[in-house]
Amino acid sequence: MSKKNSEYLINRKDNQYEVVIGLEVHAQVLSESKLFSTSATKFGAEPNTQVSLVDAAFPGMLPVINEFCVKQAIKTGIGLNAKINKRSVFDRKNYFYADLPQGYQISQFKDPIVGEGKVILDMPDGQKEVGIERLHLEQDAGKSIHDLDPQNTFVDLNRSGVALMEIVSKPDLRSPDEVSAYIKKLRSIMRYLGTCDGNMQEGSLRADVNVSVRAKGSKEFGTRCEIKNVNSIKFMQMAIEYEANRQVDLIEEGKSIDQETRLFDTKKNETRSMRSKEDAHDYRYFPDPDLLPLEVSDEFVNELKNNIPELPDDKKKRFIDEFKLSPYEATILVSDIDTAKYFEEVVAKMGKNKDMKLAVNWITGELFAVLNNKNLEISQSPVSAKNLAILVNLIKNGTISGKIAKTVFELMLDGDKDPQKIIEEKGLKQQSDPKAIEALIDKIINDNREKAIEYKQGKEKLFGFFVGQAMKASGGKANPQLINEILKKKLQ
Amino acid sequence: MSDITKQSLTELVENIKNKKLSSTDVTKAFIERAEQSKELNTYITEDFTSALDKAKKFDQKPNLDLKLPGIPMAVKDLFCTKDVKTTAGSKILNNFVPTYESTVTENIWKEGAILLGKLNCDEFAMGSSNETSFFGNVQNPIDKDLVPGGSSGGSASAVAGQLTPITIGTDTGGSIRQPASFTGTVGLKPTYGSCSRYGIVAFASSLDQAGPMAQNVKDCALLQEVISTYDSKDSTSIDFKRNQYSKELTNNIKGKKIGIPKEYRVDGMPKEIEDLWQKGIQYIKDCGAQTIDISLPHTSYALPTYYIVAPAEASSNLARYDGVKYGFRAEGENLIDMYEKTRSEGFGAEVQRRIMIGTYVLSSGYYDAYYLKAQKVRKLIKNDFDEAYKKVDAILTPSTPSSAFKIGEKTNDPVSMYLNDIFTVPVNLAGLPGISIPAGHDSKGYPLGLQIIGKAFDEQNILNIAFALEEKINFKNKITDWWIK
Repeated sequence: MSKKNSEYLINRKDNQYEVVIGLEVHAQVLSESKLFSTSATKFGAEPNTQVSLVDAAFPGMLPVINEFCVKQAIKTGIGLNAKINKRSVFDRKNYFYADLPQGYQISQFKDPIVGEGKVILDMPDGQKEVGIERLHLEQDAGKSIHDLDPQNTFVDLNRSGVALMEIVSKPDLRSPDEVSAYIKKLRSIMRYLGTCDGNMQEGSLRADVNVSVRAKGSKEFGTRCEIKNVNSIKFMQMAIEYEANRQVDLIEEGKSIDQETRLFDTKKNETRSMRSKEDAHDYRYFPDPDLLPLEVSDEFVNELKNNIPELPDDKKKRFIDEFKLSPYEATILVSDIDTAKYFEEVVAKMGKNKDMKLAVNWITGELFAVLNNKNLEISQSPVSAKNLAILVNLIKNGTISGKIAKTVFELMLDGDKDPQKIIEEKGLKQQSDPKAIEALIDKIINDNREKAIEYKQGKEKLFGFFVGQAMKASGGKANPQLINEILKKKLQ
Repeated sequence: MSDITKQSLTELVENIKNKKLSSTDVTKAFIERAEQSKELNTYITEDFTSALDKAKKFDQKPNLDLKLPGIPMAVKDLFCTKDVKTTAGSKILNNFVPTYESTVTENIWKEGAILLGKLNCDEFAMGSSNETSFFGNVQNPIDKDLVPGGSSGGSASAVAGQLTPITIGTDTGGSIRQPASFTGTVGLKPTYGSCSRYGIVAFASSLDQAGPMAQNVKDCALLQEVISTYDSKDSTSIDFKRNQYSKELTNNIKGKKIGIPKEYRVDGMPKEIEDLWQKGIQYIKDCGAQTIDISLPHTSYALPTYYIVAPAEASSNLARYDGVKYGFRAEGENLIDMYEKTRSEGFGAEVQRRIMIGTYVLSSGYYDAYYLKAQKVRKLIKNDFDEAYKKVDAILTPSTPSSAFKIGEKTNDPVSMYLNDIFTVPVNLAGLPGISIPAGHDSKGYPLGLQIIGKAFDEQNILNIAFALEEKINFKNKITDWWIK
């Protein structure tokens, strides 16, 4: 836990302040249908085309729990090393809004489906454990659209009733970087589990950020402010930075901090007061009488436990043990499930005599650069894992040089071509016949006798000249190692 | 056949099956009587043209294997009926036409019955006299300007006045049994979870239960057999083995142990009610059953508990009527203004009172003192019954502490109105089945009812006891057709 080097502190004159952050992450459950109705949940559908009578709260309509969403929440709980509560209760959170058809949101208040857990963050200076307070299931609201008409507000209920998992952290985070690592870790775990796609642009993952500050070394928590509904890691970091500094300034001025809910204005890069504690809603939570308490058996939970895939932390450990990767390499490769999948496929296709280091370098080097450039996910990679594995093997067994491989790789990008075919077609195969290279070198020495004499007299720099000439004569295909060896022999 | 409307459901089914009557004959007769009975104000929506069409269609190809072959009937306007306006007795749903059918009514139509129309009720089933309906009060066929009880007042009035052979109501705190008692008819509130709540406009979800209302116990049993099904669309529906209630009906209750709870002998209860109860006890003994004095110690807390739990749930259930999606909307300057105007113009006084009580008892700072405490007491009330049922098979009580009262008599005194439900409310809180049967008349000639409370899922037993008592009591309802000129 000690991490003195990267400690994030806010400095004012003689005082240093520590920032305390807790997150309430809203993660949309990956599910074909909604939490209490059978409507579809597809993103980007025409407004109000995925709305059932239940979602629109017609008279006499009743919620029926979607078992799949319950499984998804439990799986996520398992992924967060958390306690699964065998009995949980759905409550009504009552408030009026145009995009909340029932006049209440069905959520879990006192008895959530998942209790305390923890996640491990890999920070540059070591690991950090962040506590999970709870995870509960709840319905999303619809969407109010205020900017389509000067007089009217439009309401789209497609999202109304979609299942969300609210994951509440303990106030264990201490810097914007830790927040970033935490969100990425949550996202990674849920994507491994297939319980949330983690797509922040589509709103599948968003967070309320609780921020407070305190004098460095203090054990007491300061008064916190909650920044509502921030939907990107960058904005979360900006909001925290602004908010922490605002609070420190207040303290420095001898003023007190009001506990309140604030909004982050992404254009002005500032947080603004939304409502104070006094104006906070009284949600009148009470158990939803339309739903019985949710009870899950040990068998139900164990069945899910037994089918949990390998998660990032375990995978990382295995990559280090089995493939002898460095912790740094392993962390990069496991951070996203698709990257890990790609890597493991490359490993599998490389067969017995594989060069793990080379494979890692090619994925994190050349491939990542291309993906970055083209703004592609690894799942959309123009080069398949199979062909990359072949390419790496071709380098490893000396068929082509690393330099040629880069040329081949460029050509592979167009239609995921088989590197072997490219090599054949373009005649790029490495010349590794010692006799042929010897003949080639003999000719070069013969053509450049004066330089050969100069070299032998001590002008060692000229060695590079001969290598270059030999490479040039072979059209870049000669095995550089062989050239070196033979040249040395011939120029003695 | 001028006496068609006087026939019981069982007789009508028999006559249709024997082809002595057609569905059209029966439907026409009930429509005709309804046309003459506008003064009772039982209907909110008549669907007569459509009903006659359906009857004719039935007669062209009659399926006589059904349980309710071509039987016309009206239902409480709390059940959503596809393409037929459903108001819940409220202005706020004055223009609401569902695109869907409640499970209970669906079950009825599947057995061959035909919808005559939608019956008046207290607004959102909140009331004990049918006086809170936006569509005006209902007359009790027993006497002019007498309330029929509530909230299923239109339903009770329609059965007693022979405007429908049978009907269905809903019972949250007595809304089937109390009006049945006030009109000399039979009403059953089934075990919570017996009849699906899907498609029924919700009042208090943990208490609401649909049930049959009829002229006699056998008809009631038959209708219960039709409406009670397990429904996966209602999470509180219970999958238990349901009896063929009408086929298994018997008046043999020899050896049954019937509990008589001393706490139901309340202060100020008219002697007529006490006498009626004693008469019931005697009949029980005459049937070869045994009565046992029991105690239900938390009975006196039932009414206050009910008036916390029911309004709390109602305040949340009725939040959806906000003028945004359907129903009545008042124009406002902004969203909040629209909400306030819609809800203060759209809801009547009693509904507003209960929304306010409910909002209050759920508010932070009051939740523990009211709602949570009420839930604890509710558990104690249920425990009382569990204890009692270790000794007895069923419990006999009066249905109401008085006979029907005059229209307007209690409208300004909500507490006295609420006291009407004193014997019925504990049954809802405990989720048990209860039936009210007519058992006698008071000095004014108004009917009085006895209630039989059963164990959960034991509808057959209380129907049997009711059936046996019915035979002994031999009650005759005094309907003079005073409203027909």
